[in-house]
Amino acid sequence: MVGILQDKDRIFLNLYGLQDWKLDAAKQRGAWNASIDMLRMDRDWIITQIKNSGLRGRGGAGFGTGLKWSFMPKEVRDRPHYLVVNADESEPGTCKDREIMRHDPHLLIEGCLIASYAMQAHACYIYLRGEYVKEREVLEAAIKEAYEAKLIGKNNVHGWDFDCYVHHGAGAYICGEETALLESLEGKKGQPRLKPPFPAGAGLYGCPTTVNNVESIAVVGTILRRGADWFAGFGRPNNTGTKLMCVSGHVNKPCNVEEAMSIPLKQLLEEHCGGVTGGWGNLKAVIPGGSSVPLITAEQCETALMDFDWLRDLKSGLGTAAVIVMDQSTDLVKAIARISYFYKHESCGQCTPCREGTGWMWRVMERMAIGDADPKEIDMLLEVSTQVEGHTICALGDAAAWPIQGLIRHFRHEIEERIHTYRSRKPHFAGATLAAE
Amino acid sequence: MSIRRLAKEQPASFAFSKDTMAKAKWWISKYPEARKQSAVIPILWLVQKQEGWVSEPALRAIAELCGMEYVRVYEVATFYTMFQLEPVGRVLVQVCGTTPCMLRGANELMAVCKEKIGHKDHMSADGWFTWQEVECLGACCNAPMAQINDYYYEDLTPESLGQILDDFRAGKKPWPGSYAGRHSSEPAGGALTLTDPKLYDGSLAKPVKLPNLPVPEKA
Repeated sequence: MVGILQDKDRIFLNLYGLQDWKLDAAKQRGAWNASIDMLRMDRDWIITQIKNSGLRGRGGAGFGTGLKWSFMPKEVRDRPHYLVVNADESEPGTCKDREIMRHDPHLLIEGCLIASYAMQAHACYIYLRGEYVKEREVLEAAIKEAYEAKLIGKNNVHGWDFDCYVHHGAGAYICGEETALLESLEGKKGQPRLKPPFPAGAGLYGCPTTVNNVESIAVVGTILRRGADWFAGFGRPNNTGTKLMCVSGHVNKPCNVEEAMSIPLKQLLEEHCGGVTGGWGNLKAVIPGGSSVPLITAEQCETALMDFDWLRDLKSGLGTAAVIVMDQSTDLVKAIARISYFYKHESCGQCTPCREGTGWMWRVMERMAIGDADPKEIDMLLEVSTQVEGHTICALGDAAAWPIQGLIRHFRHEIEERIHTYRSRKPHFAGATLAAE
Repeated sequence: MSIRRLAKEQPASFAFSKDTMAKAKWWISKYPEARKQSAVIPILWLVQKQEGWVSEPALRAIAELCGMEYVRVYEVATFYTMFQLEPVGRVLVQVCGTTPCMLRGANELMAVCKEKIGHKDHMSADGWFTWQEVECLGACCNAPMAQINDYYYEDLTPESLGQILDDFRAGKKPWPGSYAGRHSSEPAGGALTLTDPKLYDGSLAKPVKLPNLPVPEKA
């Protein structure tokens, strides 16, 4: 056996699409099993079960899913409640929700129904990124199947009227931020809103709304079927459950895999992904949670566990559990400069520190990648990154700053060497005083 | 941010095709009565499917259909990078260039595009191709990859991409998916997990009693 998690404890049984995604096959794998019983239960029972399972949001921030649901108003007043599923998966390195939508869509639809019932919503929008055309086709077909089987819709077998709609975006990373997503769903530019009011108070169309990641919603049915304590049995306290992990970059066999939380990073790479290219000793650095989190060094990878708290203590983060592996052949400065370009490209332009800062940081990073910089500029870059971080409406500013901070924290010497090499090849460079007087 | 402007040369008019209109109405029906504006992105995309790109007359027609001010549609079309604001080739090649793909050879793929098609963001002289570098497309376990028209071509090498482009040029429709023989995002050589046949023999469909049910109070 590879890894920690046994096959019998996996939730996404068709992760690789080797089986059929259609309703009959999904039911054979346990989807929709006992869903009628679940909807007979009290809402509070469902929310308590999810809280007890320790499920933390799988979209990156790791906020307790059950707790988030409990923020919704207890009574439906003049405004309807909405569930919105964030399927805008665009964090570089992340490709897990895609597999759920094209291979196990019924787990997601089932989760949408249960979560909507728990929050007294009769309608749910799944916001898919625009590029996922194939995934959208499958998801639409699966929803149609569920309507035809009377699992959802008006007067369905569950006794809770529920409509599930697919919506799509058109290529904007920022729409993965929940309030930008809501703006986009309302047919506007995806620029984040100030909070408060939080979506649970005024979200989609000004109505109480909860936005959850695809994976957080898709695991709900199985958690209720198998028990909160079963889910809570994996991983370390406060970091429980199973998690889809996406490994990309310099490993022999990049792949998606569902694993227990808190699996050692080394075990994940060695057993599931065929190891780092050129062997473990060839490892240079790893970005453990999607491009937004700071990288960690090969030394830290020896002992790192893949969970929220361990990686936070390393001043990085679990994020979406998208592991980007970089071996010794990697030009780290260039790799991070490319990430800086990504944030410059994806900044929505609303807040000045981010709109101007991401472009400035990218231009400096590009110069540093070739060495055409002054050593003093490293500290200036660090300083500017802290001026962007925490000074914007949403977290994109932070996400643009952190990879650079991680690079300087661990690999400052590489930038300095690069500047030194560049200068030693040139008789004159910017800032040099003429010595030939 | 990226600067995006409408094309200088615009067609005189735009008309929805019957099919596009039917689909647009289906999208509008998904949202509450007073929220037609919500359908603007899907409708822009439908129009792009019909025309290949979005023109100013199209934006005006969409504004009318969705009950919006023209400038609001303009804002949306220029904000979202999937909308092509000028004509593109019949085959639109979008190579992912973000770090996970870059680490596995996206730059070599772009070199192939440059050689076979020409400059980035320009239509090839014969009108067949346009290629662009785009940001993370969310298929990182199958890097490097490219989206060609609607679908993903994954695990590419310069050779396989070159062949795919040649096939498109020859009027064929190369099959999307992995070009390294993988089914989807399982490890190369076959899945190491999800191999237990009990998962698929129907035993999970048998009736279950939910755990942790509240204990009924004694009468």
